[in-house]
Amino acid sequence: MSGILESLRVLLGGDPKRVPKKEMPDEVRELHAHKFSDKERIEAIRIELAHKEQHKMPEKKRRLRWAVLIAVNLLFVVSYYLDIQLLEGALTASRFMGFHMADLNSALQVMLAFKHVVINLLIGTATVFVLWWLLGGRTFCSWVCPYHLVAEWAEMLHEKLRAKGWAMDIQFDRRSRTWLWILFAVLAFATGYTVYETISPTGILSRALIYGPGVALVWVGLILLFEIFFSRRAWCRYACPIGLTYGLVGATSPFTVHYKLENCYHEGECRKVCLVPHVLDLTIKGRAPALELDVGADCTRCLRCVDACPTGALTIKYKGLGGLV
Amino acid sequence: MTKKRGMTPQQRARRKFLNSIALAAGVTGVSLMGFVPVAAKKLNERLRPPGALNEDEFLAACIKCGQCVQVCPVEAIKLADLTDGFGVGVPHIEARDQACDFSCDGLQCVLACPTGALIHEIAFPSQVDMGIAKVVAPAKCLAVQGKGFKGQARGPDFKGKLRYAEIDRWNPIQVADHPYDLELCDLCVRQCPIEIQIIDCAKDDEKKREQLGLVAKRQPGECPPKHAIELRPIESSDGTKRMQPVILEGCVGCGVCEMICPVEPSVIVIDPTESREKSRGMRA
Repeated sequence: MSGILESLRVLLGGDPKRVPKKEMPDEVRELHAHKFSDKERIEAIRIELAHKEQHKMPEKKRRLRWAVLIAVNLLFVVSYYLDIQLLEGALTASRFMGFHMADLNSALQVMLAFKHVVINLLIGTATVFVLWWLLGGRTFCSWVCPYHLVAEWAEMLHEKLRAKGWAMDIQFDRRSRTWLWILFAVLAFATGYTVYETISPTGILSRALIYGPGVALVWVGLILLFEIFFSRRAWCRYACPIGLTYGLVGATSPFTVHYKLENCYHEGECRKVCLVPHVLDLTIKGRAPALELDVGADCTRCLRCVDACPTGALTIKYKGLGGLV
Repeated sequence: MTKKRGMTPQQRARRKFLNSIALAAGVTGVSLMGFVPVAAKKLNERLRPPGALNEDEFLAACIKCGQCVQVCPVEAIKLADLTDGFGVGVPHIEARDQACDFSCDGLQCVLACPTGALIHEIAFPSQVDMGIAKVVAPAKCLAVQGKGFKGQARGPDFKGKLRYAEIDRWNPIQVADHPYDLELCDLCVRQCPIEIQIIDCAKDDEKKREQLGLVAKRQPGECPPKHAIELRPIESSDGTKRMQPVILEGCVGCGVCEMICPVEPSVIVIDPTESREKSRGMRA
């Protein structure tokens, strides 16, 4: 329970808590203390990483994830163009083979603005809630959200430019996303307009794919430019209320990335690729307060860390399914 | 520690905090710019799909998914761009390009709407309250001028569709594929879906009475209780007797008359402002 509370606190923008060494269980403290005694193992990892650096392998899980993301979004498009009524609507609300689905944040905006909930919307919201609780909450972000994909491409460019000194990475306070979430909820309730939907790059991109492009894409382009030149992945990290909504849903999800302290040699490869590196602070040397931990609610389950980890300390876990996954 | 422009950690934390406030304020500011088209009453002039609640409630309730767009058989419904501000992704109809001709019969857009922004209590075209047609330029009207009409109502390049039940009961066809030859132009009356439904209902009733001796039982609104448009005799200043289209109480604002009018620009246009101002999305 305290783990979930801590995970929610970090999700809302708090800095991960540091557990003092003396409060850790003996075996954890022991492990931390003797971590680097196996010199041979560490040298082997160093060589492996150097080799990896020279012979860049494709990130298989990332490719799979992109394929899923593109497939889901294309399913909307194909369903409409072929008129096969498989997946009607857009990401804000849809019908999958006739079953109602409603994006949780869009539904929330509508409920607060309209102050009236019809049964179809309730069904759609509940369905999507259960779906994403089962699938991990922010899994929506990295596996479905079309903005996430273009932002990943923008991030690659950002990294290249930053290496040349042509771009900077302004760090913002992560609590700004929480402020914006509250602000947009209050605005929807007070003004009676779904204010956030106006600028939601997720909704804009989803509709642009299905119904054709428009001026709204300029706004999406501006956010991307900001991310490329000024702040890495700024929208997803510091602004998007959709991400926070799904983060809250996934806080108790059975699907997580799992950390094993025993396997970890703290190279920090995982944090380099992570969209939300604060959830991986537990991989910093001396931080993990237990032998095994689940990565927090802000994790988008993009699984890049699982691919990046040279020692298998990070794995996919589905609680209740034992070792099946 | 003070590697960045000689700042202390406190100064850096303060700067980060202020930057974050600026970011949140900026994002909120941009989103609130969406209020501009609403405040300018630009959106009130939009013709909304059947069943749309009054404009403020409609903007609040619409989840911007476009399911109404996808089910419309004549593709009358379009989603607005960011230039509509808070109305981005909200559906509307450009009647002159493609009106709603109710050729789906069952108000598919209303059935598709997941949030009730298109009111679910509505079942028949005669209950719709999209707006009211207005004869804005009677002097240009072919009927008023005593003229007939021959050919394609909107020319060969017009893409708009209508369902002509006598040609194909189920599939709308292009207006350009259905030329007319009329002694006196009465296209607005002839193609009015409400008027067509009144005629069909009367025929149906007649048939049932003759063949089975039964009186057809109907749900309220299934047959339009009131006429929507008629050609009414007028006497012009030089004493000649002419006909003029007159909009009646049964008009629901679907826009077919605006679309079909062969005069450029249309003699009849739909005014959605008045009727939807206090409307709950349907006629009482």
